[in-house]
Amino acid sequence: MAVIRDVMAAFELYQPSSVADAQKLLEQHGSDAWVLAGGLDSFDWLKDRIKKPKVVVDLSGIEELRGVRTTTDGIEIGAMTTLTEVANHPIIKQKYDLLAQAAELVASPQIRNQGTIGGNVSQDTRCWYYRGGWPCYRAGGNICYADTPEGRNREHAILHAERCVAVNPSDTAPALIALDAKFVLRTRKGERVVDAEDYFIGPDIDITRLHILQPGDLLTAIRIPSTWAGAQFYFEKIRDRNVWDFPLMNVASAMVTSDDRIERIRIAVNGAAARPLRLKAVEDAVRGRPRNAATGEMAGKLAVQGAVPLQFNAYKIPLMRNLVKRAISGVQEATWAS
Amino acid sequence: MADKTDFNTSEGVPKAVSRRNFIKGVITSGVAVSSASYLFRASTPLNGQQSAVGVGERLITLNVNGQQRRVDAMKQETLASTLRYKLGLTGTKLGCDRAECGSCTVLIDDIPYYACSVLTHTVRGRKVLTIEGLANRDGTLHPVQQGVIDEQGFQCAFCMPGFIMATVGFLKTKPNPTRQELAQGISGNLCRCQDYDKILTSLMRGAENLRRSNRG
Repeated sequence: MAVIRDVMAAFELYQPSSVADAQKLLEQHGSDAWVLAGGLDSFDWLKDRIKKPKVVVDLSGIEELRGVRTTTDGIEIGAMTTLTEVANHPIIKQKYDLLAQAAELVASPQIRNQGTIGGNVSQDTRCWYYRGGWPCYRAGGNICYADTPEGRNREHAILHAERCVAVNPSDTAPALIALDAKFVLRTRKGERVVDAEDYFIGPDIDITRLHILQPGDLLTAIRIPSTWAGAQFYFEKIRDRNVWDFPLMNVASAMVTSDDRIERIRIAVNGAAARPLRLKAVEDAVRGRPRNAATGEMAGKLAVQGAVPLQFNAYKIPLMRNLVKRAISGVQEATWAS
Repeated sequence: MADKTDFNTSEGVPKAVSRRNFIKGVITSGVAVSSASYLFRASTPLNGQQSAVGVGERLITLNVNGQQRRVDAMKQETLASTLRYKLGLTGTKLGCDRAECGSCTVLIDDIPYYACSVLTHTVRGRKVLTIEGLANRDGTLHPVQQGVIDEQGFQCAFCMPGFIMATVGFLKTKPNPTRQELAQGISGNLCRCQDYDKILTSLMRGAENLRRSNRG
């Protein structure tokens, strides 16, 4: 990728101090506007001059979007709360540690200091053909460069690919799905609350976006109900190096057991498809079973059913199988009998 | 909806917008109300800082190393560019310009950030600290800088300002880290000389110096 040693193309910068003002600006400028949260996804696009918005709306001055509040049933995290704040927050660490663990594993300390939870779940895919400005399906073209015999697709999808084989890069997304979080959106029609798993969409629904936000919409907060507070959590992220990298794959699970039998469970993986996948079939299959290696193995095999590898990412199938197994039976049990 | 009081500050409306057309606009379109209210609001505090900036204003005041610095910054300009090319603070290095290498690390309100990935206009009203601002006025080095000299931690040292700023920021949250914890704390910085072991030794020494100086 060409690195242009130049400043970003000129844009007008607006720094509204309320969500209402931000929405007015977005409405006013329509498709010319770009929403800036932490900026770490945005600046790549702008510096490479692949996206050239005329107007950037910076949300960092909006106080109502920051901070963690306790509610009658759980907590509400403002979308502009930084990942460092999420990872260090005492209540999140105490009750929803799954999310704290996920946030702590994002990128590097400086990026966590700046990057926001709203941005982390709303960031675009890292497929380098797409980010390099190639006219692929996702960019409005009619080819997928990654899914060709010579395409470099080691990091790409093994499940639910539909023309585009890009994956969602978020670490906090599967944790939020496992915690049954709700996303609060502010749209033109007013406030809308959706389940975490419904915030994300695959190329079968819209090939140009990873989430349901329409131009002009804002993600304002993420609510975590107390349903899974203090449950047994498992989060694991696999990446090429231990800092900065996006996940090759990650897994998040929340589980409640009694007498070592799995009573309730939610489990999600990311890095396998264009959207973080909640593994509902796995949840149904392991509920009521003993929490042991056999259950984990069965779950792992079930999780990868239907997976189709590309030229260079077949390793993701055993990786996902093992991660799901570990998430269910624990690391100490995670050696394969075969 | 637009705040009524906004209309009292309408002296600042550009001449091109006649009163009559403006009122017509208000009547025909709710959008006009919202956009006009934004225009008028330009003279009220933004980000808690009193400033007379309109939407197109580029001349801003930054708090850098304890000094108020007036600077003409483009809206798309990054803090690293402003520090280096407008304010002459070239101790902040630009390595990757992509939030990957950490050479441009500075503290904003005591928290380490990649200055290559922060817009200059977003740090108005906040305290920026660069490597130039670490030493005392009398030239006494910051304890972490002294630790680097004591242990001769770096080879080419291009990455050093970033490492030192990341360390100073990390030590504010964890003044007594283990070697492993400090390694984690500065893991957002890269060294192409691959001198990590010596860097870590020197920064551990710096942390020790800092604890000692705080005690004394």
